[in-house]
Order: sequence, then structure tokens, then C-alpha cells
Amino acid sequence: MAGLPKRILKETQRLLTDPVQGINATPDEQNARYFHVVVAGPKDSPFEGGTFKLELFLPEEYPMAPPKVRFMTKIYHPNIDKLGRICLDILKDKWSPALQIRTVLLSIQALLSAPNPDDPLANDVADAWKTNEHLAIQTGEESFLYMYFIFTSLLYFTRFCLLFNNFS
Amino acid sequence: MAEIEEEDFMYDYEESDDEEDEDEEGDFVSDGLLREDSVPSGSKLKAEWQTLSPDQLSKKMFEIVDDVNAVFQLPTPHVRILLTACKWDKEKLMERYYAGDQEALFREAHLIHPKKRNPNPVIVVRAQSTSTCGAAASSKQEYICDICMMSYSTDHMMGLECGHLFCRPCWNNYLTVMVMSQGRAQTLSCPATSCDIVVDEATVLELLTDGEVRKKYQYLITNSFVQDHPLLKWCPSPGCCNALLASNNVEHEPVSCSCGHSFCFKCSRDPHEPILCTYLSKWLKKCDDDSETSNWIHVNTKECPKCSATIEKNGGCNHMICCNNSCKAEFCWVCLGPWEPHGTSWYNCNRYNESDAKSARDAQMGSRAALERYLFYCNRYMNHLRSSKMEAKLYEMVHEKMKELQQLGMSWVEIQFMKKAVDVLCLCRQTLMYTYVFAYYLKKNNHMLIFEDNQSDLEIATELLSEYLEREITSVSLDQLKIQVQDKSKYCEARRKVLLEHVYEGYDQDFWDFTEL
Ligand SMILES: [Zn+2]
Ligand SMILES: [Zn+2]
Ligand SMILES: [Zn+2]
Ligand SMILES: [Zn+2]
Repeated sequence: MAGLPKRILKETQRLLTDPVQGINATPDEQNARYFHVVVAGPKDSPFEGGTFKLELFLPEEYPMAPPKVRFMTKIYHPNIDKLGRICLDILKDKWSPALQIRTVLLSIQALLSAPNPDDPLANDVADAWKTNEHLAIQTGEESFLYMYFIFTSLLYFTRFCLLFNNFS
Repeated sequence: MAEIEEEDFMYDYEESDDEEDEDEEGDFVSDGLLREDSVPSGSKLKAEWQTLSPDQLSKKMFEIVDDVNAVFQLPTPHVRILLTACKWDKEKLMERYYAGDQEALFREAHLIHPKKRNPNPVIVVRAQSTSTCGAAASSKQEYICDICMMSYSTDHMMGLECGHLFCRPCWNNYLTVMVMSQGRAQTLSCPATSCDIVVDEATVLELLTDGEVRKKYQYLITNSFVQDHPLLKWCPSPGCCNALLASNNVEHEPVSCSCGHSFCFKCSRDPHEPILCTYLSKWLKKCDDDSETSNWIHVNTKECPKCSATIEKNGGCNHMICCNNSCKAEFCWVCLGPWEPHGTSWYNCNRYNESDAKSARDAQMGSRAALERYLFYCNRYMNHLRSSKMEAKLYEMVHEKMKELQQLGMSWVEIQFMKKAVDVLCLCRQTLMYTYVFAYYLKKNNHMLIFEDNQSDLEIATELLSEYLEREITSVSLDQLKIQVQDKSKYCEARRKVLLEHVYEGYDQDFWDFTEL
């Protein structure tokens, strides 16, 4: 851990001794800048009951540059794309060196509770979300998975039809 | 924009608090814009401009700031930030400051309004910590810096009027990253979470320790002054660090820097009278992708299905016979199948329905006419473009001639008419080149007929001048040559002036009909 800034050490220490509710962040044994994160789906959100794995990496410039965060678990969310990349202002232009790993993870947790369909990475999901939000929240994760199933089936069905049309 | 040596943008920032301190006028006169009359151009020039060296540029910036500050009596860096927010429009700022919502003005400029300001500006020292994350101070004098999470005594902490304190090394680090890797200067804000209060240059320069970073910062500030000020432009000539300050009414006329480079003030391209910047952009794009030509080839020619020779359709009949004598294949233009099964239906292809084929034919006709029109103007434009690329050679040739004339007994002063004539020739060709772009976008009307007459007059005059310049020199006709060349070049200048004045009159009186963009 040579050359690791005091700030990273302090942050890591606090994450371990005083963890945020519903968030578990542990540094990698080999690389102190790499964190394995598990976020619990927030209460009253369609993700309640689910657990989501993320990876968090602190680049060399940290804290002048934001940490790099990505969902490892597949998730159906308008601001998270298929590769798990997150559309969140504080991870981009609104980053401030006064923010911390803790605040970043809290913001991601909040994003799960309140998706922002107007700033989407995954446009198809955002549209589905806009029309079905109340339904999704009412019925919890099962219906969410069900919706996901319906949605993808529909997608594949349309593709199949298109393909079929080309041959006829 | 040209790459500019950042060293040229050093200026001493005055940290003094007494704002009344009048700046010595120096050799730079701010009022009364100088008219540069070295450039031959249309006589209806209204716009005036002056070249500013990097030194004069920062002087100019502080002059405007001081002007406003004589009235406002605020810290100089804040006035500069307010001016930036108003695009350096002094009158607009005055109006908003005195007649408008002052607090909104400060908010927009990302500054704290003086009424809400801490009495001790720049360095804020308070009894209790005001940092956002609530990092508690361990004692009355100790603060925890939110960036490095180390505790420091108050005199190591520094903050803007928003009250967010960070340690000096963190400030330095933060500003360095922002300036060097993000190129930010004008938009540098307090590092606290969601705080958008601007870091003024006095603070930046106090905090930044590295000379390179300070230079880059000062360059960025000057650069944003030029970019934000609507009447300032960098000279686009590579290696030139000057900027040009124009008067309010700068329109189509080109401006020229003291380095000798002329350019269009609006788009920074080479002078392109009489065409407007927007139409020129469209034209250059059109020439660039050359899509029209390929489109026409696509629509109007096909390859013979048998020998692959390119065949252009030149009649209405679909029954095609390949023009390659050794092939002579017969096929249908519409479906490219062999002609035989089509039988006697010469005008119909029985594989496609007729209306489709007809509309396709109509589209072909339209596309062809448009292309022919485009090619007409494009050829003439390209012709002049080619000539303008030969300018260097032309100057060389004339230079040789001038030497010859000197050997024949003319003095150096006497032979300058040759160089003057080449200047005129090049200018006329440049103008002619753009008249074809102008004409391409013009719809036919009576004024266009006048324009075309002017254009052809200038074409003829320019060609004649060029001929005279290339003539063999014989000592007998020496004086005559001088008179003829001078006459021709004066005539060219006059024709060019007439043409441009007519075009500008049309812009002013709105008698040009342009095809929509
Ligand atoms: Zn610090
Ligand atoms: Zn602040
Ligand atoms: Zn220049
Ligand atoms: Zn222009």
C-alpha cells in the first residue's frame, strides 16, 4: 500500500468501522484502490429484496477525479446500461473533491429508489419505466422481474418478426 | 484559433484593495478606433478595427474593468466576473446592476452578493467550521479539510466568500488539476459539493504556486476574454498572438491584422466577399462531400449487365443497347434484365409497375438539372481556386520582371506598380471566386442580371490585367507598359468596387433572393 494517500486510508477505515446501512464496501486484498461493493435494494423500491454487486475503483487522480463505479449484477434501470455503467451527475461533471466513496454509494442507493427517466443511459428501459412506474413500485421485485421478462420477450419477438418478414 | 505562446499573456495582477487607483494610460488609446487603410477593399467600409498585442489585450481588459469599477467600487476580480457574465457589455452590466435584480445578477455570475458577504473578503476565518460534510473541528483552532481529511490550524485554511474552507495544499492541487487537465479558468468554482461560487483570479494567483500553471491560467483568462467579447477575435494566422478589436458594425468586410493577415471577422476564414459566412459554410460542405456528383452518377448511369460498361441513359425508352460495340447487349433500363421478355412494350417494364418507373425517371431529370447548375458554378469557382493557389508563383514571376525592369533603367520606386498590380489581380480573383458561390445561392431577378454583368466585366478586366503582367518586356514599350498595367489595374479595382457595392446595397435593401439553406 505504498503511496496510498491518507485520505483513502481514512475513508476505508470509516467504511469498515461505521458502514452505511444497506451498503457493504470492502477493499480488494491485492489493490487498496479497488472496492467490492454490495448494495441492498432500497425499501419501497422495485429493487427491494434484491442485492446488487458493484465495483468501485479510485483512479490515481482521486479525489480530484471521481471514482469509477459499475454495476456487476444485471439491473433493469433507466439510468444504468447493459454494461452496468451508471448515469449520475456526481460521477461526471458535478464531481467535487469534497465528495467521498460513502456519499457516492449513498447517491447510487438513492438512484435505485428514485430513477431519473429524463436522463437515461438505456432509453428503452426509460420509456418502459415512464409508463409503468406506479405498477412497478406497487408490486415489488417479482413483478419487476416479470416486467423484465415481458419486455425482453417482446423485444425478441419483434426482432424475430422482422427477420421473418425479410425472408417472405 | 492559432496556437499562442502562453508567456505572452503574463500580466501583473494588482492585489491592492484601493480600487480608485487609476491605471496609467500608457501608449494605448482606448477610444477612437483606428482605421487600418492598408487594405484595398470596397469603399462602403463602415467597420473599423484595431490590432491588439497580447500586452494591449490584457491592458484593454483591465481598462474595461476599471471603467466599470470607477462606478461600482467593488473588488476588481469580481467586476471582471460580472462583466464576463454580461458578455463584456458595459452598458448592459450598468443597467442590470442599477435597474435590474442585483441579486440575480450576482447569482448568475456565481458570486456572493456584497450584502451577504463576509466582512473580511477572500480569506474567511471563522470560529466554527462551515464545511459541508460536517467534519467536526477537534478544537476551536483546528479544522478538518474535506479533501485530504487532515486537520489544520485556521491559518492554513482558505476559502471563498461561501465559507467553504480547504487547506492550501488541497486548493493548490485542485486548481492545478482544473487548469492543467481541464483547461478551466473562467469557470473555476469552489471545490465544495454543489457550490458554484467562482474562484476569482486574485485568489487563484495567491494559491497557485507553480509558474507554469499560473501562466496557463492567465492565458486561459485572456483567451476567455477574447472569446466572450463579441467584438474581439484572435488573428487566425498561425504564430500570430494578436487579437482584433472591431467596432460595433462589423459586417461582411474583411479585417486585417498588423501582421498582414486578412480574414473575415465573423468566421475567421480567409476574406470571402461577397458571399455571407453561412452560405460559404454550406458551399464548402457541399464541395467537400461531393455527394451531388456521385448521386447523379448513381441515378443517371447504370452498368451494362453483360460487359459492365457504364451506360448513361439519354432517351425515354427503356430498351437499351450497350454502346460497347463488341457487346451490344440489349436490356431493360428499369429492371436491367434482358430485353427479350419485354417484347414490344418499349416504354414499360413488365416487372415493375409503371408509375414507380415514371417517378423514378422524373427524379432523374430533376437531379440532372440541379447537378448541371451546380457544376456550372463549381467549375468557375474551382478555376479561381486553382489560380489563387498559384499566387506564390505569380509573385515570383513578377519579382523577376521587376528585376528586369530595374536593369532596364527603372528605379525601385518606379517599378512598385508591378507589385501593386499583382495585389489587385489576386484580390480580384479572390472576389470572383466567391461571386460564383454567391450566384449559386441566388434566385433569378433583375438585380441578379446586373450582378452577372458586373461579374463578367470583372472577369474580363482581370484576365486582361493578368495578360499584361505576363507580357514580354521590350525596352521600347517600357513607359507604355507601365501606363497600361496601371490603367488595367485601376480599372480592375474600380470594377471590383462596383460589384461589391452593388452586392452590399442588395444586402442593405434586401433585394437579393436566396435559395433556402
Ligand atoms: Zn486538504
Ligand atoms: Zn463554496
Ligand atoms: Zn495576425
Ligand atoms: Zn465569414
